[in-house]
Amino acid sequence: MIEVKELTKKYGDFVAVDNISFNVEKGHILGFLGPNGAGKTTTMRILTTYMPPTSGTAIIDGHDILEAPDEVRKRVGYLPENPPLYNDLTVEEYLRYVGKLKGLPKGKLNERLEYVIETVGLKEKYRSVIATLSKGYRQRVGIAQAIIHDPSVVILDEPTIGLDPNQVIEVRRLIRGLAGSHTVILSTHILSEVTNTCDDVVIIHRGKIVAADSIEALTTKGEGVIRYRVRVKFPEKVDSGQVESEFDFVKDVDVNPHTGEVMLTVDRDENIDRVAEYFVNSGAGLLEFAPMATTLEEIFTRLTIQ
Amino acid sequence: MRKIFIVAGKELKSYFISPVAYVVLGAFTLIMGWFYFNLVARFIQLSKIYELFRRPDILMRMNLNDMVIQPLFYNMTVILIILTPIVTMRLLAEEKNSYTDELILTSPISTWQIVLGKFLGAFIFFLIMVAITAIFMIELFAYSNPRPEFGPVVSGYLGIILMGASFLAVGIFTSSLTKNQIVAAVSSFLILLMFYVINIISPSVNSKTLSEILDYLSLIKQFEDFGKGLIDLRNVVYYLSFITIGLFFTKLSLDSLRWR
Ligand SMILES: Nc1ncnc2c1ncn2[C@@H]1O[C@H](COP(=O)(O)OP(=O)(O)O)[C@@H](O)[C@H]1O
Ligand SMILES: [Mg+2]
Repeated sequence: MIEVKELTKKYGDFVAVDNISFNVEKGHILGFLGPNGAGKTTTMRILTTYMPPTSGTAIIDGHDILEAPDEVRKRVGYLPENPPLYNDLTVEEYLRYVGKLKGLPKGKLNERLEYVIETVGLKEKYRSVIATLSKGYRQRVGIAQAIIHDPSVVILDEPTIGLDPNQVIEVRRLIRGLAGSHTVILSTHILSEVTNTCDDVVIIHRGKIVAADSIEALTTKGEGVIRYRVRVKFPEKVDSGQVESEFDFVKDVDVNPHTGEVMLTVDRDENIDRVAEYFVNSGAGLLEFAPMATTLEEIFTRLTIQ
Repeated sequence: MRKIFIVAGKELKSYFISPVAYVVLGAFTLIMGWFYFNLVARFIQLSKIYELFRRPDILMRMNLNDMVIQPLFYNMTVILIILTPIVTMRLLAEEKNSYTDELILTSPISTWQIVLGKFLGAFIFFLIMVAITAIFMIELFAYSNPRPEFGPVVSGYLGIILMGASFLAVGIFTSSLTKNQIVAAVSSFLILLMFYVINIISPSVNSKTLSEILDYLSLIKQFEDFGKGLIDLRNVVYYLSFITIGLFFTKLSLDSLRWR
């Protein structure tokens, strides 16, 4: 449904999005995860045709964002980082206006309006002026405008930011409800958001994709590498450079001389006994050798905080 | 075309939700009324004086067209130069301020449709403003004897409408450059003022061509014929070009945000 192909965006010399590619299947919810400044908003602005990429392109529901931007615009609903609201209008006036802008015919508009109001829970605020709404309701109006024209693709930029915990649960439930009938990309810097709401995840860091898979695959196989924690009696006897050169499948060896903890990443686990053997023979005094449970949290931390 | 009307309708609705519209309409009516009252009062006073002095020759030459209607149109141009920037300042600046530029620029609507829709909304509001002054004309025609000529009223209104639309085109352009409405209004006012008085130095310019160019560029110089009751195609073309250029720059400015 969404094919992102080698997308790059530069702001002057600064590369905000660096040659990223990924696909989203029809009806899936993709979590676009990354810390602040990773390039999430930039990518979404390109996918929604708000700004052009420096190079690369994307195909959305069969239409190229560069060649047929208007076709893409008809098929995409977008909630930007800040909900785009006209404060002087009522919720009804606003949603009618957006519906018409998106090209909904009159008869269909009333039908969609009713459905959307029901779905996002805006019934009691239907005739309120937007300026008077609380943050949570404003976000709901933002989501309502993104789905008013029944788009096949919905792009939500940090949809739960600034909401209180109850509202967060509400909005996540709402987004979950969009799956199946809509293909959704939602960006976030909060991990639990992805594990709770999404089918797939793309992790982006400093403009580059560092992981992309289904949530399931990513958490169980830890994208093919496993981090081990080794505890030794004499950490000074462990030479991290030597370990890495001895075993080409071992990476990122960190020795903590105070706690005696050695962290290392191993590519394939069948070789693990050779590594253990090495530690036994090194005279460092092996105390513990254990794989670390790979949660998404950890993958995220490992991939993004360096 | 439909999209243009959708945008225009929304702009017009927004005008009447905000107090600014009522302040502008109220101020415009009050000031125009005040000018009108003074012009008429002076006309009546002068008629009485010349009657007293038994000067039928002067009385014969006095007429409402030259002494009330034409000055009223000129007064109106001055007030419009101050008020139209207030009418246009919100148009695009507010979109950036409320982040709705991301909504409108990712909707299936072309930049021209956005610009023309916004312009049309402001233009209709402006027509409502100008229509209020028709009350004065109706009164003049109803209660005066002899009646003023009708032609200069029509040409005057045509000139005002063309000139006002030119003012709006400048205003919408400055509104596209900033998210600060005050900055948009003030810069629009300054640009208009420059075009209004640009010919002021033309008598002292040595080069005849330059002085003609300055006269040609002047928003008010181009109005002279309309005020006198003449509709000259060249003046019409001037204002229409002015409007087109203003709107075209606005489109470019929006395109630099968007693309295509
Ligand atoms: N208009 C811009 N001009 C220059 N740099 C920008 C612009 N927008 C974003 N950036 C930079 O690009 C990087 C990515 O920003 P953004 O896409 O907003 O990240 P995220 O949404 O993941 O927090 C940041 O370092 C940001 O400072
Ligand atoms: Mg962002």
